[in-house]
Amino acid sequence: MSDLRELYQELIIDHSKRPRNFRTLEGANRKAEGYNPLCGDKVTVYVDVDGDRVADIGFEGKGCAISTASASVMTETVKGKSLAEAEALFEIFHNLVTGKPPADGKTPELGKLAVFSGVSEFPARVKCATLAWHTLHAALKKSGETVSTE
Amino acid sequence: MNIASDVLAAGRRRMSPRTFDVWKIREDFPILKLQVRGKPLVYLDNAATSQKPQVVIDTLNRYYTEENANIHRGVHYLSEKATQEYEDARVKVQHFLNAGSEREIIFVRSVTEAINLVAHCYGRRFIQAGDEIIISAMEHHSNIVPWQILCEEKGAVLRVIPIDDRGELLLDAYEQLLGPKTKFVAITHVSNALGTINPVRRIVEMAHRWNVPVLIDGAQGVPHFRVDVRELDCDFYGFSGHKLFGPTGIGVLYGKAHWLEAMPPYQGGGSMIRSVTFEKTTYAPIPAKYEAGTPHIAGAIGLGAAIDYLEHIGLDAIDEYEQHLLAYAMEVLAAIPGVRIYGTAREKASVICFTIEGVHPHDIGTILDREGIAIRTGHHCAQPVMDRFGVPAMSRASMAFYNTKAEIDALVAGIYKVKEVFG
Repeated sequence: MSDLRELYQELIIDHSKRPRNFRTLEGANRKAEGYNPLCGDKVTVYVDVDGDRVADIGFEGKGCAISTASASVMTETVKGKSLAEAEALFEIFHNLVTGKPPADGKTPELGKLAVFSGVSEFPARVKCATLAWHTLHAALKKSGETVSTE
Repeated sequence: MNIASDVLAAGRRRMSPRTFDVWKIREDFPILKLQVRGKPLVYLDNAATSQKPQVVIDTLNRYYTEENANIHRGVHYLSEKATQEYEDARVKVQHFLNAGSEREIIFVRSVTEAINLVAHCYGRRFIQAGDEIIISAMEHHSNIVPWQILCEEKGAVLRVIPIDDRGELLLDAYEQLLGPKTKFVAITHVSNALGTINPVRRIVEMAHRWNVPVLIDGAQGVPHFRVDVRELDCDFYGFSGHKLFGPTGIGVLYGKAHWLEAMPPYQGGGSMIRSVTFEKTTYAPIPAKYEAGTPHIAGAIGLGAAIDYLEHIGLDAIDEYEQHLLAYAMEVLAAIPGVRIYGTAREKASVICFTIEGVHPHDIGTILDREGIAIRTGHHCAQPVMDRFGVPAMSRASMAFYNTKAEIDALVAGIYKVKEVFG
């Protein structure tokens, strides 16, 4: 049960049941869709970019606890950050869930993202955790393609 | 509608099982002794692929160790031996399906290839713009997409028989769909998601009134009960070896000889020709006409060994035992608060799709996996079925004759663990 508790931490269960920023963002100037056809997870990420900053962010979709909680924590984490900071967090998160050491060897400031460290023990679930982040990345890049992590 | 014969069949199936020594049978499957994540393996993903008895593994080993050669071409000892074994396997399949002739048995890669072969070859010769092809709302993607491709190419129209809340086909609606424009019907024998056993004999009979041929996707049928293609009177029947306790990469298409003779070949190449010149090539008679290139010789022989094994245990005994296990599993799963079962057809194979309120199937799959329990989660290559029941994904426990009530109990305990994690 211990590695399961490592994956399904209280904060993840909480965010999966009560996702934050779970809404269509009226006035969003960036938007992208993510879809994992094999598992059916779908997410739409809305971003209101003001100058160089993520002024507001929201998401909608259907998915497992890991993908929903990941999207929810992501929106909390990047709100108010600069675009460069958001992209840097994406890389930090990606390294975290795939079990890769950080590129510069320094332990990054993870904040709430740390609850996803257990995902690296579940290779089949990495795609769930990263879907929202890849979708955010696409929204910021203004790429029109639907994103998939399968 | 008169379904008396189907009801009788159901009654026969639900009699209490004769002595069926499942623990002795489990000894035949080496993988069932595995420990997974420190727990005994509970393998409930048989509708995805089945495990292999030692005799199938040994047959593959023996073939490559003692018999390997190409078939139908050498005059040397090994080639004759391999050819004999390969053709013996064809005869075993013929008897297994009770086909009229071994010429009606084509070896293919899988049921997917069997369906694609028919869509391609029958379609190329006999389907025209405006024609209609009928499938059902419970088909696997492999019995949807080949027909969509054909319809797109030919300007034909795909019609779909709806299903009810139990997951049974609406035969009245099927009757309405049949007509002078209908040129082909392709239906699954057993739904891979809902477990529904379709009344295929009746479906064939109704199509034949319009002189329309019928293909049955038997991937989920043959592992569970005896199939007699002459009794069903279907025109084509396909299945995959790996779901029938045989190797991957081998499958079977049964086709009535007159259709196989009337259709153009599938792929061109070696083995499928009578003579080749640059001006004109003539084709080999069936079944060789549809088996271009070197086939999966070991796979066919391994499938033959799997069929021998099943015949030894007895298809009727397997059917009875599985119905008993299914009834038990349905009862104990349905009793768990928050569990919803999809597919409650009166005629059902040992496949159970379910959801747990408030928990996504992938999270269920991960938690059960930590208990050593293998189930399938997702859309089961049947997205229209998920749409019909308004869910993005389901969890599926599918049982074979080597599964036990104790394993069903382990699944139930695992589901309670899922509920505990999600509070």
